[in-house]
Amino acid sequence: MSQPSKTHTQSDAIQEKRCQIIAELGNKLPKECLLHSPEELAPYECDGLSIYQSTPLAVALPYTVEQAQQVVRYCHQNQIPIVPRGAGTGLSGGALPHEEGILLSLARLNAILDLDTQARTCRVQPGVRNLAISEAARPHGLYYAPDPSSQIACSIGGNVAENAGGVHCLKYGLTVHNVFQVIILNAEGDFITLGSEALDSAGYDLLALIIGSEGLLGIVVEIVVKLLPTPQEAKVILAAFHSVEEAGDAVGQIIGAGIIPAGVEMMDKLSIQATEDFVHAGYPLDAAAILLCELDGIETEINETTSRVNEVLLKAGAYQVRVSENDQQRELFWAGRKAAFPAVGRISPDYYCMDGTIPRKQLGNVLTQISERASHHKLRVANVFHAGDGNLHPLILFDANKEGDLDRAHLLGNDILELSIAAGGTITGEHGVGIEKLGGMCKQFNAEELTQYHAIKTAFDDTGILNPGKAVPTLHRCAEFGHMHVHNGELPFPDLPRF
Amino acid sequence: MKNDQTEHMQAQINEAIASKQALVIRGGRSKDFLGRKVGCTHLNTTEHKGVTKYEPGELILTARSGTPLKDIKKLLADQGQMLAFEPPAFGDKATLGGTIACGLSGPRRPYSGSTRDFVLGTKIINGKGEILQFGGEVMKNVAGYDVSRLMTGAYGTLGLLLEISLKTMPSPEQETTLIFEHSAEEAIQRINQLASQPLPISGACHISGKLYLRLSGLTVSVNAACKELGGETLENAEFFWEQLREQQLPEFETEKNFWRISVPPTTAPLALSGETIIDWGGGLRWLTSDEVSQSVRKTAQQAGGHATLFRNHDGFGEVFQPLTPGIKQLHNKLKYAFDPHGILNPGRMYLDI
Repeated sequence: MSQPSKTHTQSDAIQEKRCQIIAELGNKLPKECLLHSPEELAPYECDGLSIYQSTPLAVALPYTVEQAQQVVRYCHQNQIPIVPRGAGTGLSGGALPHEEGILLSLARLNAILDLDTQARTCRVQPGVRNLAISEAARPHGLYYAPDPSSQIACSIGGNVAENAGGVHCLKYGLTVHNVFQVIILNAEGDFITLGSEALDSAGYDLLALIIGSEGLLGIVVEIVVKLLPTPQEAKVILAAFHSVEEAGDAVGQIIGAGIIPAGVEMMDKLSIQATEDFVHAGYPLDAAAILLCELDGIETEINETTSRVNEVLLKAGAYQVRVSENDQQRELFWAGRKAAFPAVGRISPDYYCMDGTIPRKQLGNVLTQISERASHHKLRVANVFHAGDGNLHPLILFDANKEGDLDRAHLLGNDILELSIAAGGTITGEHGVGIEKLGGMCKQFNAEELTQYHAIKTAFDDTGILNPGKAVPTLHRCAEFGHMHVHNGELPFPDLPRF
Repeated sequence: MKNDQTEHMQAQINEAIASKQALVIRGGRSKDFLGRKVGCTHLNTTEHKGVTKYEPGELILTARSGTPLKDIKKLLADQGQMLAFEPPAFGDKATLGGTIACGLSGPRRPYSGSTRDFVLGTKIINGKGEILQFGGEVMKNVAGYDVSRLMTGAYGTLGLLLEISLKTMPSPEQETTLIFEHSAEEAIQRINQLASQPLPISGACHISGKLYLRLSGLTVSVNAACKELGGETLENAEFFWEQLREQQLPEFETEKNFWRISVPPTTAPLALSGETIIDWGGGLRWLTSDEVSQSVRKTAQQAGGHATLFRNHDGFGEVFQPLTPGIKQLHNKLKYAFDPHGILNPGRMYLDI
């Protein structure tokens, strides 16, 4: 996946530009902070979405925020595009290098600067791993709530750029709900503080605007996150249904009963079968859909909510309901869901992962239509679903070695994105637009809305050097949808959980 | 009159652009006192009303901006739900549009989230007269910049809100308020200590030597917490929190400058003369004081926060904390990006935006 693809075909102009950068920027940084040889650049050619690859002029890997500032100032003076990168685990090509730009990796800015147990906040640099924050907070009975599936590797800076979610965001929110303050380097290379350690700030909510802006408005160099008290206990309920509609409706009924579960996940028949073969979590193979519902709190509270949810599920048509009896069993119930992507990779040579969000009550309708479109294109789709918040990950199975399969998979993917929009949803719930979903943006937003986005970009970065060409398509470029392409189950980070 | 006034309001904005006449956006006028005084040509939103979607099982509500806040609260309450940011209404006439535009959150804010945390989508008319839609009616949505949350608390200076989609939440099964005798300093310490434990806290304020701690959730959880914490139980607690939220407690009565000071919740009592009501678990200080503006703002800033001259001012001076140069520049540029002719509530927040 990380084979250099075009390092030998670069034009002389590019090579000349590279030499200039090495000479000029090299003066401002320690030698090891500027990578430029083909071997050094190769690992940075793509992020977690490896179908898109490109070689930057150079990779800057600063040790300090001041060095990062030097890089941005230099790029601004010379009008060189900058692509910021955290851990490179993103799934939409947001950190795809620019061929005439510098890739600015924040990976070495990885210090936890302060943990204030009294205020329940943690001040961190952008390269700190998501999970490392919770690990540091754990001895104090605190944790950082957003938990994207890649949390052992993904960095908090990237989380801010993508407004990362996770399995528990229905109850505990997304990144935007769990960050107090960020310091950004703007396009000119000045430090600007957005938000504060108070619960609000004067003026516009620029903090909300910067979160999820995919590195187009500023480069995040410091973050203050909110920590929450760790729930005392958690239990998972596994419920099996004869239809996906029933399972989807059951989630609405749980919420309608006044219970907000810590997480609710759903898998369809094909996903259940694939994962059961793979991890043997004990899922019922005859189910059309299963729900996994996590409840947390103090012991008496969980006992109460568990019995209420149990009742709702049976009423909603579940033909089997099992409650985890201990942490080991809870982990096992989760293991299947967490292994869903690799498990699907075992039953199909290739798959595309989609990321739409739909109103939950549309689930039955959308899944039926997906299945019809899939038959039409002669392809199979396995569905995993963050059912609590409506975020659907259909995995389109295909074989790239079979003629026409790839094209049909593309067409089906487009159909699915259009179905998501038509159902009142969105093209991306959590993976971001990046380079991948620029086409979908053209379908979801009209020209005036896209123009308004560009005006916002101009307010922050009038010469457009920050991550150009990502997240918001130009009006001229309303092209095809793109997707996450996985060959032989090999993700760019095969060891990372993906759910 | 029909309830969808979009075309009418769009025409008004286009007319304002043509005649270079700034517009003052008005809902129920419940928060006229907030912010700086602005021009005299009004755009009224109160006829643009109605809930267009409410799906309790999806936790989604969408309503037009002129919809009375009290109607929305009633509709939710009938389904056992609420707006978890507990917005103050400051009167019966408050509209949803004004609530979102002002972005004020009530006592539940530190524990449940702020107004913008619950905003999922908006439909607006920008200062060019264009009808634009951002976000949507789903919880997770990362397509495009988060304009809906930017609109929250922008006091109508970036766009006229037409429709707002919100995340609703189930109302708690039980609420109990405990009272403890504490000085302000002790109360701030205690609240923050308690907030780092897994307790169902939903409100914490300090008024006249007493710490009021509200617990919300399942009956079993609230009872367990009460047993652990001790203290005295407050009778008629719902009314107390409503009066706090709506600033109707006797302690709020004053002719003097009345300040809203937002600081990091662990900040010790501020060295400012006057009477202070502490809300938001320490994060909000309502100050009645004769202190000059400069010293109030400086004290707030040094604590890492900001001060708003909330009531009892003439509306011509500075109301919100002045912005640092870098932030100010971004405000000016964003104002230009949304409202290049400067016709939407100009001067309501700051003189030139």
